[in-house]
Amino acid sequence: MILEKVIAILAEYKECDANEIHENSTFEELELDSLDTVDLMMTFEDEFEIQLEMSEDIKTVGDIVKAIEEQK
Amino acid sequence: MFRLLSVASALPKCRKTNDDLSGFLDTSDEWISQRTGIRERAVCTDESLTELLTTAGKEALARAGITAQQLDLILCATIKGDYITPSQACIIQKELGAKCPAMDIGAACTGFLYALDVAAGYFVRKKVQKVLVLAGDVMSKLVDWKDRSTCVLFGDAAGAAVLGEGDALKSISLSAKGNIDFLNIPHVNGNSPFDSIPEQESFLAMNGQEVYRFAVSSICHDVKEVCKQASISISELDWLVPHQANLRIIESAAAKLKIPMEHCLTGIEILGNTSAASIPVVLDKAQSESKLKTGELLALSAFGAGLTTGACVLTW
Repeated sequence: MILEKVIAILAEYKECDANEIHENSTFEELELDSLDTVDLMMTFEDEFEIQLEMSEDIKTVGDIVKAIEEQK
Repeated sequence: MFRLLSVASALPKCRKTNDDLSGFLDTSDEWISQRTGIRERAVCTDESLTELLTTAGKEALARAGITAQQLDLILCATIKGDYITPSQACIIQKELGAKCPAMDIGAACTGFLYALDVAAGYFVRKKVQKVLVLAGDVMSKLVDWKDRSTCVLFGDAAGAAVLGEGDALKSISLSAKGNIDFLNIPHVNGNSPFDSIPEQESFLAMNGQEVYRFAVSSICHDVKEVCKQASISISELDWLVPHQANLRIIESAAAKLKIPMEHCLTGIEILGNTSAASIPVVLDKAQSESKLKTGELLALSAFGAGLTTGACVLTW
């Protein structure tokens, strides 16, 4: 459920098809730079009503989902 | 309370493009422009902050049609004046030949907004009729030119505004949240033989991601707040005039506020981040391009080290 929503937000941000994004997709593969990451973190915070810490350990879509699940 | 009688600005003559910087830094025009929107900036060579502020101040007085002797107060928003003491405001007072009280306001990139709020208090107390608000910094002397992640972001400039009695200021709000870590510049060291505190290099240090997040959220929060205080909706604003730190901060905040980019004043592309000067400088740029019309509603919004923020709604 969270994974689908995260992928949908990423697809909208990237203006690409959700099918192109998977749990193992990295930010690098998605061509997201450090400021894209912050922008997206803020969107996830609003969407899931949580607070996310910026962390260099978050590198993949799956890492984002894990960070969100830990806050829920 | 007050209205803006004039706005003026001054830039150093030397301009450096991203390509110029990539000649001695491991960086590129593509990297800088994609992440920041910055393409070039003006940097001081043989000019001092005093010269830039004096030029902007004299022009603002001329445009307002008043003399320096008519000023009741000079406020100067700056991180680092040309002297530790006297204040930069006193130095400009001397240059202009003014006789009124003069003081500096330290609120980093939010300094212009802080100075407007201080001025507002003087107008309310009827202590002043004409106030000169200056804002300027020579950021090129505060960054580490070996640190490609920060030095490419900044530029040098000065801005000035003359305020007179009126009712243009509809609302203003300031904030500060006691944070040193995300953005700071340690002070210069003396040579005390008794000093045992380890010496820090006096260069700007910044956590870009955290400042980005703070900046976007504070613009959104503050603009909503000052519009609410002014009893207007955000859609009624003719112009959003944000502090120019990064084009992507402006684009992200504008998108969240549903303000089209055509209604945002920007100058970051040719200025870089010019600290407290950025708002008066983009206002002057916009008026020189005949973008601003009398009676239009503007929201100014700034953020900076502190972490400080400030925003206001005023009519042009």
